[in-house]
Amino acid sequence: MTSPLEQKKIKIAGPSVVTANRTWDGIVVYRTAAKSWSADLSEAAIVRNSDEAKALLAESVADDVGAIGPYIAPVQVGADGKIEPGNLREQIRRTGVTIGQSAQV
Amino acid sequence: MYAYDEIDRTLVNERVSEFRDQVKRRLSGELTEDEFKILRLQNGVYLQLHAYMFRVAIPYGTLASNQLRALAHVARKYDRGYGHFTTRQNIQFNWIKLAELPDALEDLAKVGIHAMQTSGNNMRNVTSDQWAGVAPGEIEDPRIWSELIRQHTTLHPEFSFLPRKFKIAITASDHDRAAIKIHDIGLKLIKNEKGETGFEVLVGGGLGRTPFIGKTIKHFVHGRDILSYIEAILRVYNQYGRRDNIYKARIKILVHELGIEKFSREVEEEWQHIRNSSLQIDDEVIEDIRSRFSYPAYEKLPHMPDELRQAAADADFEAWRKNSVAPHKVQGYSIVTISLKPIGAPPGDATADQMDALADLADKYSFGEIRVGHEQNLALPHVAKRDLPALWKALDKLGLATPNVNLITDIIACPGLDYCSLANARSIPIAQELTRRFANHELANLIGRLHINISGCINACGHHHVGHIGILGVEKNGEEVYQITIGGRADEGAALGNLIGPGVKFDEVADVIEDVVEAYLALRERPDELFIDTVKRLGVEPFKERVYATR
Repeated sequence: MTSPLEQKKIKIAGPSVVTANRTWDGIVVYRTAAKSWSADLSEAAIVRNSDEAKALLAESVADDVGAIGPYIAPVQVGADGKIEPGNLREQIRRTGVTIGQSAQV
Repeated sequence: MYAYDEIDRTLVNERVSEFRDQVKRRLSGELTEDEFKILRLQNGVYLQLHAYMFRVAIPYGTLASNQLRALAHVARKYDRGYGHFTTRQNIQFNWIKLAELPDALEDLAKVGIHAMQTSGNNMRNVTSDQWAGVAPGEIEDPRIWSELIRQHTTLHPEFSFLPRKFKIAITASDHDRAAIKIHDIGLKLIKNEKGETGFEVLVGGGLGRTPFIGKTIKHFVHGRDILSYIEAILRVYNQYGRRDNIYKARIKILVHELGIEKFSREVEEEWQHIRNSSLQIDDEVIEDIRSRFSYPAYEKLPHMPDELRQAAADADFEAWRKNSVAPHKVQGYSIVTISLKPIGAPPGDATADQMDALADLADKYSFGEIRVGHEQNLALPHVAKRDLPALWKALDKLGLATPNVNLITDIIACPGLDYCSLANARSIPIAQELTRRFANHELANLIGRLHINISGCINACGHHHVGHIGILGVEKNGEEVYQITIGGRADEGAALGNLIGPGVKFDEVADVIEDVVEAYLALRERPDELFIDTVKRLGVEPFKERVYATR
């Protein structure tokens, strides 16, 4: 779970998405194939190699008003096409904190 | 309490207007995130995992009841109904929306609260002893000097773009509750042979990636010279501090690399240029600040009122009183620490309802005043002893009477991977599990004073280096792994802990801590030998042996 803030080189080992936080309210969002942002991971554009990742990230960075701090995050894609976060950090960003009562909405 | 004047109010209000305009321009796209980032950071706004995080300053840990209600209001209206008190007398809101931040700041400004310099490479919130002004034996109220420094350094152009963040803490008691030895500058109020007030000045303390205990740079600086002396330190830091490497940019690295002797010579030279300038403080300035602090009109009360004598028959009350109530400088009064560490809950969190109710209790029992300590607990600083039983019952109903202050479940923990974008591992769930393991009050009492500190990354916001037991979460091959240290302390005898061995996995941490504690109970010479003293006497080996013999 090396912090993506330390992400210097784009090197991906498997299916990945670009994720960020929406500018006006900060919620977690994912870059879609339609060049927009969605709070739903299932709508994220999947990239599978460094060139695709670079291109998606560049496009995401350019949309500075929409979302901030974009980075590439690993995902797992099931046989049924279902997308799941690829590490604990991204799992927590998707499903929320793991600490119980005080974190609930 | 300190009463803001018109200059303070104008400054805070103008800052809100300025930030409102900056947010508007950001949301319209007129400002890019790169341009906006430094502006939001200067107003305490970070980007964390789930959302923006908003950090609000509580200068020297003093809050009025109306200010606590304003924090409750922000938690309820703009966040998710709770706030998190930090190790530096700040409160953080974890789910704030950028678009609503100016409104939140405006609501806080109405009661004199702001978020200036709670982030960024500038002078951060000046912190102090949460018992300031009420602790028996104190030289004098350190908040007067904290306020002086706060005023001088707020928006000071020379201190707004330092090589890195800069933190000052002040204490006026022999027992250090402000952790001054782990600050960039630590100040201890003392008197010289002539009875004049001044400071022992420490410099270069800090934790993080490269921890150091602060070193004494000058044994006595007269009070009237403290601003010029601090400024001299900052000028040397500004000139020589590294800006090329964020990991080597703190003053502790400069002090370490130059050596304290050379560093102090540089400071002395600079100081001679400025000590007789306008930075020399007139007595009237100090007296003006002193006059703006109001102190309660204490009654003449008995040392042992009937209410307290009668309540002593209640074992639960006595357990709480012995743990959470401390002597006050005025007879008949007490300082009450309010544990924000209920069993199974995140350390340092308080709900909006709890904050509102505490504000009411402060009005009823503590002259409307609340304090915030670096241990992530609160305190009511002026409680009449006769009111202790009634206060305890009220706190108990709020879930705020856990009698665990300074015990093993009074854990300091950073937000960790549950919230923080820098974290590598979770902190809060570790703390929660440990509080469950040691929930039995008799067991916790048997163990005695024992501080556990947990950080979810090397930045050490949970001060793990100075925990009696320190727990540092790191990432190894995609897994959370925790390194355990023992023997650290953050008080007047500040020391860094020593690693006991290889890191352990998330699920094993609580078992390992149980082993360490069992080893201590078996090794201590007598029941009142504290954990930290047993470690000092025996070193880490016996603990290491106990933990790793079967792992």
